[in-house]
Amino acid sequence: MKQLAQRLLGPVTLVSMALTVWLGLVVTPPDKVQGDLARLVYVHPAVAWVALYLSFGTATIASVLYLWPRTRSVVADRVAHSAMEVSLVFIALTLITGSIWGRPTWGVWWAWDARLTSTAILGLLAVGYLALRRANDDPTLRAKRSAVFAVLSAINVPIIHFSVLWWKTLHQGATVFTANRSLLIHGIMAWTLLLSFVAFSLAYAWLVRARYRLEVARERLDNEAITEAIAARVLEGRS
Amino acid sequence: MIATAWLVAGKDLRIEWRSRVLAWQVVPFGVMALVLSGLALGPTRAGHSSAAPGLFYLVVLLVTLLAINRSQAIERTPGTRASVATLGLDPAGVFLGKTIALAVELWVIGAVLLAGTVLFLHTALAGSLTAVPSLVLTLGALAAAGTLYGALTGEGAGPATLLPVLALPAFAPLLIAGERAFSAALAGGSPWEWWVITLVALVAYLAIGVLLYGVLEES
Repeated sequence: MKQLAQRLLGPVTLVSMALTVWLGLVVTPPDKVQGDLARLVYVHPAVAWVALYLSFGTATIASVLYLWPRTRSVVADRVAHSAMEVSLVFIALTLITGSIWGRPTWGVWWAWDARLTSTAILGLLAVGYLALRRANDDPTLRAKRSAVFAVLSAINVPIIHFSVLWWKTLHQGATVFTANRSLLIHGIMAWTLLLSFVAFSLAYAWLVRARYRLEVARERLDNEAITEAIAARVLEGRS
Repeated sequence: MIATAWLVAGKDLRIEWRSRVLAWQVVPFGVMALVLSGLALGPTRAGHSSAAPGLFYLVVLLVTLLAINRSQAIERTPGTRASVATLGLDPAGVFLGKTIALAVELWVIGAVLLAGTVLFLHTALAGSLTAVPSLVLTLGALAAAGTLYGALTGEGAGPATLLPVLALPAFAPLLIAGERAFSAALAGGSPWEWWVITLVALVAYLAIGVLLYGVLEES
């Protein structure tokens, strides 16, 4: 069952992505005010959801599991690393799609808006996480330090979430729901938006799984190289 | 934990007092950076600039990075980690001790730089003095965060270059809060909301440090 689900993940992701593109570009109508520009709503919020909450959340939970002695395992470290790497890609996509929307709407590619700036800072923290991993060769040392750093970096996520309320800068507040939880978007547009969240979440899961497998393969390769080097030294000693 | 904290803080401050690295290298660098900031603005704008609080905190951040590196360099001297491990010192106490020592050093540097801001960037003396409580709080939070980030980069490759990459994004909210509080003090406004943000950050970093510094020491 688990293997079937893993095999189906790729095709289901592709189908849901294709459906999102078709619904977003062909079926849904343009917005009354923003015209075709509003179609970015089927990409940007979903990408941001994956970047800020899904992937950073996964990396943080996996890091906490690694730091907790009872749940410490190499699996948690690999998941945290994979999730953080994918998170960086999605943070970059969030900023790029936001800029594409910002240029015609705000008149600039970049504004010193609280949410934009705090998201960019989160991206830099993800870069820092990856730099920290590369700076430590010892696997245990690397895992512990990067786990602590991931937990520290997670402080930024609620700041990003509430930034539109705290600072009231350019970025709009809640787009999908009002304060009393009623929908602001309806009909086919709402369904396409929902599908985009599913599609990008599936894409995220697929990427993390691929990155995880790559990490396992890399570790195996490293171990084989060490074993071969030891065998060569043993042979040298005998001859 | 408290006894260990005072022990470690005393040790770090005594080393700093005897080596005079802070006085002869870090403080002059900070003053130089402040002068260069004034030169970058130009002689006419430097004296009347609303950018003074921002420039001040930018210099403070640069100096903080040097101070953190200095604080961690003490731990990297041969035998120090082994001694700490052998003595069985409480890691939370070590974290608090190093934070206290770093905070004291940053407060001294901050006082010199604040005087430099009044002198070179012509900020009002009364307003600058009103900003002192927020400066004390911000530097305390920077010390707590800096001790954690310093320990994270302590034994990896290129700790001096890795530290800014890790720490500066995390310091950004403190820079904003500090700058806003300083600007509010100069304008005669209320800096309370910025104090609250800084205080929350200070408590969060202290709590995380007390909980997780041991994991870094295990490494």
